[in-house]
Amino acid sequence: MKEGAAAADIRVLILAGGMSYEHEVSLKSGRRAADALQRLGFACYTRDLDGELLPALQEFPPDVVLPLVHGQPGEDGSLQAVLELLGLPIVGTGSTGARRAWNKIAAKDLLRTAGIPTPDWTSMPRQAFSDFGARKLLDRIAAKMGLPLVVKPNSGGSGLGVHAVHKEDDFPSAMMGCFSYSDTALIESFVEGRDIAVGVIDLGDGPVALPPVEIAPLHGDYDYAARYNPGATRWTVPAALSEPVAARTAELALEVHRTLGLGDMSRVDLIVDDAGGIQVLEANVAPGTTETSLLPMAIEAAGLDFGEVLATMVRQALART
Amino acid sequence: MSGTTLDDYTGRYASRVHGMAQSEIRALFSVASRPEVVSLAGGNPYTAALPMDELGEMFTRLLSQVGAEALGYCPGQGSVALREALCGVLELSGIRASADDLVLTTGAQQGLDLLARTFLDPGDIVLAEGPTYVGALGAFQAAQADVRHLPMDDEGLIPAGLEEGLAAIAREGRRAKFLYTIPTYQNPAGVTLTEERREEILAIAERHGLLIIEDDPYSMISFDGTPPAPLRARAERGVIYLGTVSKIFAAGLRLGWVLAPPAVRDKLLLAIEASILCPSGLTQEATLRFLTEMEWRQQVKVFNTLYRDRRDALLAALGDYMPDGMTWTVPGGGLFIWATLPDGLDSKAMLPRALQERVAYVPGTGFYADGNGRREMRLNFSTQTAEVIREGVRRLAGVVASDIELRDTFAEGGA
Repeated sequence: MKEGAAAADIRVLILAGGMSYEHEVSLKSGRRAADALQRLGFACYTRDLDGELLPALQEFPPDVVLPLVHGQPGEDGSLQAVLELLGLPIVGTGSTGARRAWNKIAAKDLLRTAGIPTPDWTSMPRQAFSDFGARKLLDRIAAKMGLPLVVKPNSGGSGLGVHAVHKEDDFPSAMMGCFSYSDTALIESFVEGRDIAVGVIDLGDGPVALPPVEIAPLHGDYDYAARYNPGATRWTVPAALSEPVAARTAELALEVHRTLGLGDMSRVDLIVDDAGGIQVLEANVAPGTTETSLLPMAIEAAGLDFGEVLATMVRQALART
Repeated sequence: MSGTTLDDYTGRYASRVHGMAQSEIRALFSVASRPEVVSLAGGNPYTAALPMDELGEMFTRLLSQVGAEALGYCPGQGSVALREALCGVLELSGIRASADDLVLTTGAQQGLDLLARTFLDPGDIVLAEGPTYVGALGAFQAAQADVRHLPMDDEGLIPAGLEEGLAAIAREGRRAKFLYTIPTYQNPAGVTLTEERREEILAIAERHGLLIIEDDPYSMISFDGTPPAPLRARAERGVIYLGTVSKIFAAGLRLGWVLAPPAVRDKLLLAIEASILCPSGLTQEATLRFLTEMEWRQQVKVFNTLYRDRRDALLAALGDYMPDGMTWTVPGGGLFIWATLPDGLDSKAMLPRALQERVAYVPGTGFYADGNGRREMRLNFSTQTAEVIREGVRRLAGVVASDIELRDTFAEGGA
């Protein structure tokens, strides 16, 4: 299969669904991407992950795979590692980069080492609370870091299991809610500011930052309901940031993309405070492509067509083989 | 591009759709349908136990004999022949009804929707057991009703609780529009209103002029003898009765009925015509043939034997695996067991951990209009084999034990 082949001759397999709680979100992402590629004439088909995937891939190998599976094993690098073992070209980040971005704590270590600002944090496995006593540990964390804090599962997305702790009484239930989704908690200083997401795409000339998107939930937090119910959140693209701040968000997003070794497309989440200070929260290697997802919004705001961008990435993936 | 909420219609929606939103529970359930997950979260009857070949022949005969009529429009009230056959079914439960008083609906769920539209203005009070059927809550909430729950125990709705509920509403200077109840093998609680309490509830309702809507999908799905006769069999006035073939035949046919006094029936008829013109002719004809040409009572026995074994498997597994502090109901029929977690555990918060262990259930909060139910969960036994049910409970018990540990860890932490 050659890079210049006609779209109809390129079989693109979109992997969507998966075993995580973002199953349905992933299916929506998959359908939207499939629709965009089919309109451009690609021989595109979608499949969920299951025990029959490997034999199916071996028997009828696609030309390119676009993994849009959120959560494990789509974003933790294992699906990418399997596809690499089979020698299949992948759109997006490879297994190494995915593994780095998936583990939020390890990713923050890498970012801080690279000099990229990220909120102070500590991490604690569930077991530590029974080993050392939850009260002592939580008291110590609150004393050392100060409140408010944000408790997040070390891995996973869509805001599931994320809880803000404004007073010490909220701490135990926030921890329990977090451990519903992961056995390790990332406990991060809460940074007051505006939520900004910057998409990064690479269309062959190196990674480029898309216009920043500002996220403002109309009621309460940017939780699951605010993310996936149209009408619950106001998104502004490009975000109303001063030119130097906007430029700095773009710069930081690109640094994150490079530092973690991400490919083709990623989304970097940041907080911009009133003084224009910027902190990086995390990076996503399988950003959502649903109708309420940020990456397609930013692609369109950049004057690009979402389908064309995917098509370019498909051809790039082919060229890499 | 300026800000967008991705919904250009925000200012145009009716007030009754405010607050209708996808929640994370929906996300969690999308995983529950995966094959590696043992789902005790279902609610489906086990339609695989139907005689498919025989049904295939029946449908073929139906189409060749009356296909043109069955595929056309029909009267809004539904076919007379089927309504008469359904009166025969009702007679088995001691209900005397005339075919004229039945309105056929697209599942009993549509009956609930029609009744909500017919009786409820925004803010009207509806009384219902706590917990109650989630679909009824949906219909009442879409009508912007104020649902007030009444307490239940192992013998069903507590008459004194109904009295207290009515008194509290009277103190507000208001009246409840009706009491919605599932007296037999209640969904989700699995409990049955006793003989004595049926009479008491009817007497209280009569004294207070309280209309009762009796939802009776499960009384034929009975494992340990015949349940007490429905409320409607005891009182022809003051009770509107909802029935369905979903559990005795097939839920996918979407056929239910409302048995209502003539004045109400006429309003329901206008409502159904405005809503769907008429129920499906094909469904009605298939149901008529099921009831008149096939051994339907034998089929119900097949379902009941199968469900009884599965209920027993679920009860046995709960007894064998669940840690102390966990309790559950013992249903004499229906499709569900209602379980209560040890103190301090939260069934909604526990669900992601359960799914990680590949087992699913329905958290209790969905069965209450007031946010209660955090310690409770509904477990279904109709859709899985006894072995799979046992494995599901084994996994769930591990999750509960682990949550107890987590609770104890953080209770020490000052929760």
